Amino acid sequence: MKLTGAQAVIKSLEQEGGEVIFGIPGGAILPAYDPLLDSTIRHILCRHEQGAAHAASGFAQATGEVGLCMATSGPGATNLVTGLADAYMDSVPMVAITGQVPRWAIGGDAFQECDATGITMPVTKHNWLIQDVQEIPQVIKEAFHIARTGRPGPVLVDIPKDLLQAEMAWWYPDSVDLPGYKPVTKGNMKQIREAAKMLLAAKRPVIYAGGGIIKAGAAEELRRLAELSGAPVVTTLMARGAIPDDHPLCLGMPGMHGNYTAVTAMQKADLLVALGARFDDRVTGKLDAFAPHAKIVHADIDPAEIGKNRPVDVPIVGDARSVIHDLVEALAAAIEDRGPASYEMWIATINEWREKFPYKYTQHADGPLKPEFVIEKIGELTRGDGIYVAGVGQHQMWASQYLKFKRPNSWINSGGLGTMGFAVPAAMGAKAGRPGDQVWAIDGDGCFQMTSQELATMTTENIPVKIAIINNGHLGMVRQWQELFYEERYSQVHLNGDVPDYVKLAEAYGAVGLRCETMDEVEATINKAAEIDDRTVVIDFRVDQTAKCYPMVPAGASNDDIILGPEFEGQEPPKHMHDSPEAIF
Amino acid sequence: MARHTLSVLVENKPGVLARVAGLFARRGFNIHSLAVGPTEIENISRMTIVVNVDTQPLEQVVKQLNKVIPVVKIVELEKDSSVERELLLIKVKADAHSRAQIVEIADIFRSKIIDVAPNSLTIEATGSPDKLAALTDLLQTHGVREMVRTGLVALARGDKAMADRQLRLEKGA
Repeated sequence: MKLTGAQAVIKSLEQEGGEVIFGIPGGAILPAYDPLLDSTIRHILCRHEQGAAHAASGFAQATGEVGLCMATSGPGATNLVTGLADAYMDSVPMVAITGQVPRWAIGGDAFQECDATGITMPVTKHNWLIQDVQEIPQVIKEAFHIARTGRPGPVLVDIPKDLLQAEMAWWYPDSVDLPGYKPVTKGNMKQIREAAKMLLAAKRPVIYAGGGIIKAGAAEELRRLAELSGAPVVTTLMARGAIPDDHPLCLGMPGMHGNYTAVTAMQKADLLVALGARFDDRVTGKLDAFAPHAKIVHADIDPAEIGKNRPVDVPIVGDARSVIHDLVEALAAAIEDRGPASYEMWIATINEWREKFPYKYTQHADGPLKPEFVIEKIGELTRGDGIYVAGVGQHQMWASQYLKFKRPNSWINSGGLGTMGFAVPAAMGAKAGRPGDQVWAIDGDGCFQMTSQELATMTTENIPVKIAIINNGHLGMVRQWQELFYEERYSQVHLNGDVPDYVKLAEAYGAVGLRCETMDEVEATINKAAEIDDRTVVIDFRVDQTAKCYPMVPAGASNDDIILGPEFEGQEPPKHMHDSPEAIF
Repeated sequence: MARHTLSVLVENKPGVLARVAGLFARRGFNIHSLAVGPTEIENISRMTIVVNVDTQPLEQVVKQLNKVIPVVKIVELEKDSSVERELLLIKVKADAHSRAQIVEIADIFRSKIIDVAPNSLTIEATGSPDKLAALTDLLQTHGVREMVRTGLVALARGDKAMADRQLRLEKGA
């Protein structure tokens, strides 16, 4: 069968199970848009390529499938870069297809030419510039394979226009042959038995669950490990929902804006079992002072993560699901041999911390609306059954703190890269992938304005999501830092909460716009938004402009120096907490 | 910081040099020398990379390098258990009465004169980096017009080869 390169691209995407692709056509990719008309793949026409890339990421994170996006050469490709970099940092499987100028024009500064593979090399797991029309199916097969196996990540396939137009003899490979790419998925049993032994020997263990749990679909295994061992679990920003927040062993989020208990449990632990986590600086704080008493078991699919930031006692390379499954078996065998461990005192201490130092804010009946209150209410009224998507900044941290997650893949945010503007397009992607779920974007007013053009896509393509703008009229997190660390010298952080008029903006885009300014309107507004099924709803929540996100570990400080904030004035933890844990236990 | 020699087998695909070099730059490592060439297996090239780096960060860069898809295998070659050579071409100022001295130096280093011009000699020398440095130092007194070094190439001593059977089979060598 003779096909054009363009037809081969679309057919290959179909072969790999592609159902939805986000993109924008243009000169060089034009030939690939023609066969799309006859394809089973749904193309969603975005309004900006960055939106297309984030939408693909949202789709991938909500469904666990590979996210797809497509753009033309030059600016189309460069506009994808932020989305690719974001997906790379958060290990999101994505395949991006870009058009390139014809081969004879490459290198000649042609119209809309840019070196897409060169530019995206540092932000993709791998990329290709197609050289021969006949290799299109093989490359696309490899692209999906690389994107979704091992440590997942985005890849990019750049295709010169003349090859899209050229004819090829259709074929589709059944396998890939990549001698340099053989990810190890099964953990070393000897190391796993050692980890089990250490769990039994530990007095103050903490399971440090990272985004790898979600990516590997290992939530069930994690719960089993926690319950069998009795060890408490912290869930990083990328792992919220890996174990339900109402599970008695779930301590919630550690790190810069994590809760006191999760942060302090790690600081005082004598064993950290890190599973699919990467000892990111936002979790560890000052690295030298992080979990100073802990031995480290570190399991990750990516060998380069092991020992990268923190030396490791027991390294395990493997897929989280397989490793945890084996660890549960090894632990069960070890328990049979020498009896279970008891962490009774440790859990009692942890529970005392939880009691004394929870997340806390005060909503006064006649005072300004508190962002924490709004977010907590969204979580309550939707019973945690939705998919929640956040941008980056205060609202993201509050959402991670105050939403109670029940299941994996229900929390999507930009963790590693910290990309403002992520939420709107990612929520759209999540909804496109899981149309039966209620998708809530919890966004800041600064973030929202970076990618709000995708409201047009949502309306046109009938992808209704809820967007709660936590409008404090500021770049809130930067404002917070200027207040705390720059003597309240506010520089370029005021955005003006009245501009744009978010209600009118929503309406202009064919969405429903709601505004909520007081505490007693909150429930009704959320319920109203939840009831509207056929259109996107944008809610302008006017919140306290001075609200700050606590607890907080200042950048570069030790996690021992966690600041609990004004809610806990005079009730800070006793000084002895900074002593060696041996002194307390 | 210690000097380390990495021998890296890569698939001979477009952009592979950029991927490897870019990775070193991105992770803040300075490449001292890099030599690339074909191997006994078709479509597999060998890069010999010399870097100045401490052992712990080296481990990290090797792990990162292993993640580059066309990188097939990486081995660190220890000085004692490998043979290493480099080639030097050096053009030295030479007039009627210095020429004999320069030829004598070249002889001592078992190097060859490969070009003679009215006011210069070009010498080809191979050896360890130390030997080439010693030769360059001696010739410096006569005035070096220009020089080029290939960068180190190295192989492990003994019978074993770096590419395993599997790779040879896959690549039909």
